[in-house]
Amino acid sequence: MLKIENASKVFAKGTPNAHTALNKINLTLAKGDFVTILGSNGAGKSTLFNAVCGNFILDEGRIILDGRDMTFMSEHRRARSIGRLFQDPMKGTAPNLTIEENLALSYSRGHHKYFGPAVGKKERQLFRERLASFDMGLEDRMQTKMGLLSGGQRQVVTLLMSTIVLPKLLLLDEHTAALDPATAEKVMNITEKIVRDNNLTTLMITHNMSSAMITGNRTIMLDSGEIILDISKEEREKMTVDDLLKKYSEKKQKQFDNDRMLLG
Amino acid sequence: MTLLLGSLQLGLLYGIMVLGIYISFRILNIPDLTTEGSFTFGLVISALIASKGHPFLGILLAVAAGAAAGIITGFLQTKCKIHPVVAGILTMSGLYSINLLVMGGSSNLTLLGSDTVFSVFEGMLSSVDKEIVRIIVAIAVAVITVVILFVFFKSHLGLAIRATGDNAEMVSASSINVDGMKITALGISNALIALCGGLITQYQSFADINSGVGILVVGLASVIIGELFFGRRSVVLGFISCFVGSIVYRYIIAIAIKSEWFPAYMLKFVSAVIVAVALAVPAIKSALKVLSIRQSSMKGGSKNA
Ligand SMILES: Nc1ncnc2c1ncn2[C@@H]1O[C@H](COP(=O)(O)OP(=O)(O)OP(=O)(O)O)[C@@H](O)[C@H]1O
Ligand SMILES: [Mg+2]
Repeated sequence: MLKIENASKVFAKGTPNAHTALNKINLTLAKGDFVTILGSNGAGKSTLFNAVCGNFILDEGRIILDGRDMTFMSEHRRARSIGRLFQDPMKGTAPNLTIEENLALSYSRGHHKYFGPAVGKKERQLFRERLASFDMGLEDRMQTKMGLLSGGQRQVVTLLMSTIVLPKLLLLDEHTAALDPATAEKVMNITEKIVRDNNLTTLMITHNMSSAMITGNRTIMLDSGEIILDISKEEREKMTVDDLLKKYSEKKQKQFDNDRMLLG
Repeated sequence: MTLLLGSLQLGLLYGIMVLGIYISFRILNIPDLTTEGSFTFGLVISALIASKGHPFLGILLAVAAGAAAGIITGFLQTKCKIHPVVAGILTMSGLYSINLLVMGGSSNLTLLGSDTVFSVFEGMLSSVDKEIVRIIVAIAVAVITVVILFVFFKSHLGLAIRATGDNAEMVSASSINVDGMKITALGISNALIALCGGLITQYQSFADINSGVGILVVGLASVIIGELFFGRRSVVLGFISCFVGSIVYRYIIAIAIKSEWFPAYMLKFVSAVIVAVALAVPAIKSALKVLSIRQSSMKGGSKNA
């Protein structure tokens, strides 16, 4: 489904501040793969997502989604087939628009209607059903402005927004990191349900190693813009978080404690 | 009586320009300084065509001219990545020459003796008082514009424009071209402003190349006055508040002139002060709050000591 070939990006190229954020990344995902991504701060995880979404054009390499070469496609055209969630719940929604207006906006993704009411009876009914399935009472607040919702509620709506028209690829960038543990778990459960029910191809960045090890069917670890570990579901099942850290420090030959502090 | 009716007429007509400013400043969240240029652009085109005997065509072309001006500013902002304020100033400044060109190099043009949209309706409703007919025309234009805008801003495109002013990143993530939305919105905004210019010149039966000077501040003042009454809640209320703000502004001006508090040439200064103060209100409020917290904590501190 997704194929990243030899992707490289150097920021501030040709200056003393030159920084290799992505270094010849190769990654292939089959349809329905759910890959969790680990890596310390600054490893290049978000940069990888930015590259896939087209926030910048790669220096080198190609990005192919469902057989279509997107390497030079504009950001909003790529967005037609990619859903993305950020750590910051504010980022994914328009605060002064109502819940249903936010949903309507993302529901229009893909089709090219410009005129005609954005929120009709049919849409309202669909939004209500989908919101109700989360059991958070959001279906009764569809006329509420998005900005009045809590971070967790916003993240759930954003999740629905990015999957209401099924994307070919779902990118989750620490989307539960800003939530309290209980809400984070709830949002994570909803995420897993949506991904499972729709067989979505998904990449999820997280700093929570134990959750990364049990979520999805594969885990990769990024370091200095390179994929240094790639662990399949079968391998993962036999490993503990400590095993993973050991494996990582063997690779990096860095001090174990340091890594645990950074990643744990 | 004439003053009363006259201010109402002007308030309603200028309200259309206020709508344009509301769309760029409040909905799109972009400071657009094209206003003075696009207002005059609409004004001179409407006057020229009306003087040739086609008042309605004049209004139509004024709208198109304003839209074009807005689209140019939008293009400069988005595709050429020029700062919004500079982009607006560039269009406005360039339009000054274009406006003179339209007027054939002269700085004013009279429509006395030519038909205007107002005189046409006055002729049709000859049994009704002329001033009343003018109010009816102004109200009709206002209502039609608000209804069209209301429907538009509830459509897919309108929703995308509103979201662009709110969170452009999210709009792009919804696979919508943000640049396109900004250009469209600036086109609509300046089309309304030029429509206003086009109506005003036919209302006055006179066109002056400098009519647009200071119009942006008038518009901003009206937006802010309107918000005093209605707050910032929904788009529809926003549109209505534009007209209320515009009418109230005209009455304030009328009263000020009538009472001779200050000479007429001080009007722009007074408007500027009103806008500056109104925009500073949130900052003043928070400064006062900090001050009161500090004072109460100092009191508490001395008690504890
Ligand atoms: N637009 C940019 N210009 C210059 N440098 C950048 C840019 N974007 C990212 N970087 C750099 O690339 C590196 C990788 O950043 P990135 O945001 O991908 O890290 P991350 O793995 O997501 O980290 P975190 O866990 O903190 O989110 C960092 O050193 C960052 O400073
Ligand atoms: Mg990151």
